[in-house]
Amino acid sequence: MRLKAIFAATLVATGTLTLTQAVQAAGETVGVSWSNFQEERWKTDEAAIKAALDKAGLKYISADAAGSAEKQAADVESLITKGAKALIILAWDQDAILPSVQKAKQRGIPVIAYDRLIQDKDVTYLTFNNVEVGRMQAREVFKVQPKGNYVFIKGAATDPNADFLRGGQQEVLDAAIKKGDIKNVGEQYTDGWAPENAQKNMEQILTKTGGKVDAVVASNDGTAGGVVAALKAHNMVGIPVSGQDGDKAALNRVARGEQTVSVWKDSRTLGKVAGEVAAALVAKKKPANTTIFKDGSKKIPQQAILLAPMPITKANLQAVIDAKWISKDEVCAGVDKAKAPAACK
Amino acid sequence: MLSGLLARLRLDPRLSSMVAALIVIAIVLNVMTRGLFLSAENLYNLSIQTCVIAVMACGMVYVIVARQIDLSVGSLLAFSGMAAAWIQTRAFPPGATTGWVVSIGVALLLGAAVGAVQGALVAKMRIPAFIVTLAGYLMFRGAAFLVSDGQTLAPLHPTYQALGGGVNGAIGVVPSIVLGLLAAAWVFWHTWTGRRDQRRYGIEPAPIWVDMLKGALMCAAIAGFVWTMCLAPDFTNVDEAGNPRGRGIGVPVLILLVIAGFMTFVAQRTRYGRYVFAYGGNPEAALLSGLPTTWLVWSLFILTGVLAAIASVITTARLGSGANSIGQLAELYVISAAVIGGTSFAGGTGSVPGAVLGALLIQTLDNGMVLLDVSSPMRQIFIGIVLIVSVWFDVVYQKRA
Repeated sequence: MRLKAIFAATLVATGTLTLTQAVQAAGETVGVSWSNFQEERWKTDEAAIKAALDKAGLKYISADAAGSAEKQAADVESLITKGAKALIILAWDQDAILPSVQKAKQRGIPVIAYDRLIQDKDVTYLTFNNVEVGRMQAREVFKVQPKGNYVFIKGAATDPNADFLRGGQQEVLDAAIKKGDIKNVGEQYTDGWAPENAQKNMEQILTKTGGKVDAVVASNDGTAGGVVAALKAHNMVGIPVSGQDGDKAALNRVARGEQTVSVWKDSRTLGKVAGEVAAALVAKKKPANTTIFKDGSKKIPQQAILLAPMPITKANLQAVIDAKWISKDEVCAGVDKAKAPAACK
Repeated sequence: MLSGLLARLRLDPRLSSMVAALIVIAIVLNVMTRGLFLSAENLYNLSIQTCVIAVMACGMVYVIVARQIDLSVGSLLAFSGMAAAWIQTRAFPPGATTGWVVSIGVALLLGAAVGAVQGALVAKMRIPAFIVTLAGYLMFRGAAFLVSDGQTLAPLHPTYQALGGGVNGAIGVVPSIVLGLLAAAWVFWHTWTGRRDQRRYGIEPAPIWVDMLKGALMCAAIAGFVWTMCLAPDFTNVDEAGNPRGRGIGVPVLILLVIAGFMTFVAQRTRYGRYVFAYGGNPEAALLSGLPTTWLVWSLFILTGVLAAIASVITTARLGSGANSIGQLAELYVISAAVIGGTSFAGGTGSVPGAVLGALLIQTLDNGMVLLDVSSPMRQIFIGIVLIVSVWFDVVYQKRA
């Protein structure tokens, strides 16, 4: 509940921020340097950034580095030449981008690190809070199943995010584990985040424990899919399972009661906030709701906005439908009428 | 002394040493997991988990025997699996029977078509197979993503899901026993006709007790397998008292057995199979003797393409959904299985049953180590060591022979 409040507060605060800045910054240009626009998701982000800039009366210009650090350096220079008064950079390489950031700073152009960290004391870092995702996963599962045998299906061992998530999960469950209410009966990394590997691991853990599993904290929706497939063969569907990403298949599982929560990081919120922060910086104002982030490898303290993601459960499925992230038909496909959540009625 | 005994029993030393290694590993794992590893439930899971890699390894044997390589099978698995899932979830109304039937057809056609293109590039255009399939490895992974822009496609048809060995994914106790009896009858028929043919061609057959012993061992293995599968509990199918009924042999295992049996038969008894091995043994001699070498190499990639598509059906059916991240590293496990099973990169030697046993060995280690809470990076290291050891064993053995 506390988190939802923070989430709401972020939205409200950033919303008001746009109104106040719109007047002073109108007409200026904001440059966005994309790392690799080929990837589908950035189109969603771009639309949100554009909309937010439009609202503030700012112009949008962009360049795509197409997966090249050299090209991105040239892109940043040309964006500056074209008169950008603020830069939003999705860095392809977090170290190779630093000289370009220096150039921008020399001309007094503020830089926003979009979704990927750029370690510089003057750069504003904007991302979703990954540790928070882990906390939300554990919290929603814990709400349904405060006692018993827990299984942790983690992400790929090669992905640092896997451990951030696991860290967040541990924070929430630590007290209950120490008290003995919750027992960790199995914990495995999932090679390549692949559902089929998660399924195999879950099958082995079910065998190991003789099916005595009460809840599964899975780190994303793909691994959750593998877990649910393993539970199906064991006739154990319905025990709490977590996930993240708001995958359509996962949201459908939430509606069917096969998965408890999918923590959703709405990239449109990220894009919107980026546009608003840029507007604030162009108007030489300090953006609202910033915190100090110093968890990068160089431990440099810098301004950051860490957005709270949104846990989607049976209770608030309507939110993803309202956001046009997914259609009602897709969410509710094959849902049993008698047990349908409110969003499917 | 041991090799003398194997020779007298006319057993393949490679296969028998692998079976021996498997038995030792299984017993060690069983002791370490306090009886969990050899429980019927786990062995059923193991049998299903092995199928995907084993099915593709059956084709990889042919490819490597002919001195080629196919690095694209894992990505192709993802691509054809996503295509099958797309057909079921998007092109047909949910729950339509025609949807899942058509989806399998499309997956197989896609596998064959992709294999035909890759094969043509290798056989006709003379681009090395390593390069062609490396490109395929990259392209089909991307194509798998594009099928649904990275979205997971679900749910798949319940009947289709049974092909994956999950809910209703086994054939039940009675059919399993009938199949087991048929297999045992086949073992004796095969032994008898084999002895008859050997006499006809003037070869002295092995002493009768040797064949009887081998037949008895085979039947014991079949009986043991069927018995274990029938003991495996099906938690989704309970009797009046609420106890789970027996599962029987899993559908993917049957698919694997049919493919492995067919591919073994083709390798040993058909002209095509002999051509592949002859080509692998000496490509130039094969060309000069008038073998259709271009078509031969071409066909191999169609074969692996189709087998990757079959594996994709098993994977997506098992998962109950299509996800573009399936089949990662599968090509490397498939090649490992073939190599552990005695297929040589020098070409000309390899065996399909060996590759299936290789896949079983890899999955046995993986399966057992999860039961022991070994982390996945450690498991990969172990499997790498097994790969080295098995090839080293081969080198030593061939020096002595």
